[in-house]
Amino acid sequence: SRGFSGAEKTSTPASFLFQMTDYLNTHDFLFLSPGSNYAMSNGGGAPSSTTHLLDFLEEPIPGVGTYDDFHTIDWVREKCKDRERHRKINSKKKESAWEFTKSLYDAWSGWLVVTLTGLASGALAGLIDIAADWMNDLKEGVCLSAMWFNHEQCCWTSNETTFAERDKCPQWKSWAELILGQAEGPGSYIMNYFMYIYWALSFAFLAVCLVKVFAPYACGSGIPEIKTILSGFIIRGYLGKWTLMIKTITLVLAVASGLSLGKEGPLVHVACCCGNIFSYLFPKYSKNEAKKREVLSAASAAGVSVAFGAPIGGVLFSLEEVSYYFPLKTLWRSFFAALVAAFVLRSINPFGNSRLVLFYVEYHTPWYLFELIPFILLGVFGGLWGAFFIRANIAWCRRRKSTRFGKYPVLEVILVAAITAVFAFPNPYTRQNTSELIKELFTDCGPLESSQLCQYRSQMNGSKAFSDNPNRPAGPGVYAAMWQLCLALVFKIIMTIFTFGLKVPSGLFIPSMAIGAIAGRIVGIAMEQLAYYHHDWFLFKEWCEVGADCITPGLYAMVGAAACLGGVTRMTVSLVVIVFELTGGLEYIVPLMAAVMTSKWVGDAFGREGIYESHIRLNGYPFLDAKEEFTHTTLAREVMRPRRSDPPLAVLTQDDLTVEELQATINETSYNGFPVIVSKESQRLVGFALRRDITIAIENARRKQEGIMLNSRVYFTQHAPTLPADSPRPLKLRSILDMSPFTVTDHTPMEIVVDIFRKLGLRQCLVTHNGRLLGIITKKDILRHMAQMANQDPESIMFN
Amino acid sequence: MLAGLASVREKIIIKLTKLVNLTISVLAKRNSEDIRCKCICPPYKDVEGQIYKQNVSLKDCNCLHVVEPMPVEGKDVEAYCLRCECKYEERSSGTIKVTIIMYLSILGMLLLYMVYLTLLEPMLKRRLFGHSQLIQSDDDVGDQQPFANAHNVLSRSHSRPNMLNKVEHAQQRWRRQVQEQRKSVFDRHVVLS
Repeated sequence: SRGFSGAEKTSTPASFLFQMTDYLNTHDFLFLSPGSNYAMSNGGGAPSSTTHLLDFLEEPIPGVGTYDDFHTIDWVREKCKDRERHRKINSKKKESAWEFTKSLYDAWSGWLVVTLTGLASGALAGLIDIAADWMNDLKEGVCLSAMWFNHEQCCWTSNETTFAERDKCPQWKSWAELILGQAEGPGSYIMNYFMYIYWALSFAFLAVCLVKVFAPYACGSGIPEIKTILSGFIIRGYLGKWTLMIKTITLVLAVASGLSLGKEGPLVHVACCCGNIFSYLFPKYSKNEAKKREVLSAASAAGVSVAFGAPIGGVLFSLEEVSYYFPLKTLWRSFFAALVAAFVLRSINPFGNSRLVLFYVEYHTPWYLFELIPFILLGVFGGLWGAFFIRANIAWCRRRKSTRFGKYPVLEVILVAAITAVFAFPNPYTRQNTSELIKELFTDCGPLESSQLCQYRSQMNGSKAFSDNPNRPAGPGVYAAMWQLCLALVFKIIMTIFTFGLKVPSGLFIPSMAIGAIAGRIVGIAMEQLAYYHHDWFLFKEWCEVGADCITPGLYAMVGAAACLGGVTRMTVSLVVIVFELTGGLEYIVPLMAAVMTSKWVGDAFGREGIYESHIRLNGYPFLDAKEEFTHTTLAREVMRPRRSDPPLAVLTQDDLTVEELQATINETSYNGFPVIVSKESQRLVGFALRRDITIAIENARRKQEGIMLNSRVYFTQHAPTLPADSPRPLKLRSILDMSPFTVTDHTPMEIVVDIFRKLGLRQCLVTHNGRLLGIITKKDILRHMAQMANQDPESIMFN
Repeated sequence: MLAGLASVREKIIIKLTKLVNLTISVLAKRNSEDIRCKCICPPYKDVEGQIYKQNVSLKDCNCLHVVEPMPVEGKDVEAYCLRCECKYEERSSGTIKVTIIMYLSILGMLLLYMVYLTLLEPMLKRRLFGHSQLIQSDDDVGDQQPFANAHNVLSRSHSRPNMLNKVEHAQQRWRRQVQEQRKSVFDRHVVLS
């Protein structure tokens, strides 16, 4: 027993909370929500230290304690199992040198797993980056001297690059040049267009075929499912070897096909797969689902770290968005994993400039207080776009899920890729790689830039003509660029709605940042022109000097990108840290925070859930959100089952049943567990037994023990009941019985019950009345109740 | 069996170490062509903007060493060079080559396997076993069955003596898993909308 068990002690809420305090003190959880201290009093009797879950006199039955697919784990049980194991190893530590080494190995295995995960994530991220870059440029042409170089690497050593056209070199041939022999002209434009569409379609087709044939779990972003897995759900195969391989390969193909998606979300999935695979090498993690989730938290931090080159941002992302329970030990390990992954990626050096991410810009131009107004406006835009995108995307995904649209995934991917390619090619801003677009928008216009966006008109002739003063009137190049950017904005907004959720690996970060960066840059250029043409206005006269650098449109692009990303995912701290690690601009924290906060508030006004929570709700995963508050005044007896109209609670008696009756109960019902009571008259609680464990134990007994027949008695007590002499051998199932199930009384407010479920990670909780068993509340019941209270469809909760 | 598991684990760790060593050796190889100093000089007076590149080392990466031939005379050189920005860059072409070749070979193998699985294997099976056995029985293993997983758990402890049988068995199990996944994702739309 665990020191508190059974129905006797749970007669008052106060004593129940007292027991929970003891439990919380002996098992150190670090919880995310404030006010988690139920510690009313710290004194009193500590629970007995001999907390054995399995009876030591019997050997453990293989398979007991594992979980079915699409079921929730029992956090309490897993944590107890881990403490058992730890205690066993520690007690044996002093016996011999071998045992001591084993204990050292056990203590260090956590660090080893995390290191291996970081190494693998970094290596895979490097592979993905290099391959995606190359395949992206394959749509345009080939490098004749070395086929494995992309456009930039091909022209790396050539001396024929000019200032105005930095990309042209004779070694790089576009497809029109190769096939038709000429580089310019309408014929070659059409040929380039055609080849672009052809490559985009073939990459997309390959990607979706590979996903369909080898690993259907590799599609989508992965973050909603990983959030659910980390909160205790089991999806077998979601983090497996084949999913890892297919996700890596098809991510490159999906990005290269020009679809409006990014690779950050899938990189988190890839890193978690690595973490899962490595944790199978160590029994400490492979046999314990709770410990495995610690490794997965660290792995997701490594994933974001390599996606953005932001180790601290990665850890905060794991803490804020992905993880459910995040003890301090996991914080340190996640940081370590993120650093190792970032270091490995840096040494692979995919971009040839020792930076981790393509758009690492550093500028130190100051910003002025009046610029907070456009920044806040960008925040409002980000929030509005986020809310619009979430609604539109969820509506589209729901249509795909429930109607005939969803029957043709391959066709859908090809169609979306074709439309994207057809509309993206004419506009140079959508034709190029989205990461390059973001880098171009983030980069400020200086004298060294010669892109179309920086073609300002010089004011005077003579020596002043070449002064590097960007506060000049916009030339025709800039106007053309603004038009193209506006069209690109509309295009990206529309296409991303249909692209996120396709049956290929698709991420959301880069498209949202692109949309925000485009909007921000447009606003920045508009402000800049406003400052130039109306430099006699009060605002500009106060802060801007004529002829000096005043407005940096690149900064507006950065703030816009952060605002849009915040509006869609509703991240707060992690987003600011990621963006400032991306750009290195510590001076810009205040504008970033202002924009991110504004976008979160505006977005929250339209709906409290971010995109990932919305997808979780769309799929009906059993995810009990720690951020939501339950504010209704219902009581436990209104939520518990059985209701008035339901059949009575399916219970097992502790020594009355035969094997046949037990199997009949299991076959007739579909419940996951059964409470065990003393007898039908007293209805006093003994414990709780899980369906899976019972079936495995019965199978095992029939195979291994002799004389177990259909009319053998089944007993959950310590000693067999007295039986007549000729009865067959009884079956002892005490080892699978959980002797300390959690109970609440029927008058407990649902607020407390929801809090208990959240903080302890329970799957079910028994309801008693005056010490007698009354009913049961499961996590699914709670989720359905919350959905009902929020006027949503309670039947959409699918899993338990 | 525990000893067998431990030795399998050790083998995996040894293989991983070898792979890491190989990767590091590839990364450390340095081609003389893989370093450069790139100087970007903006337009100045009558001189147009230019980009200069040379394979020099880090200490020589400045305007005076790289910009050749110098387009301006004498006292203008300093003003010109002040506006130029020189950056030292290095890349690893070996890494890029190895990565792309590895990626393409894995992609090629997967494509071949996919073609085999979807086109060739049904044809071969039809020819060997006749039409009647085409109806495969892997539709009835659903995740709704309460005892299915229990069977898997218990039968894993039985050891198959034959190596080929093991591979065949593993492949069948994998195919069944993928079929289940495909049903959940594509047909019933239960996971991953």
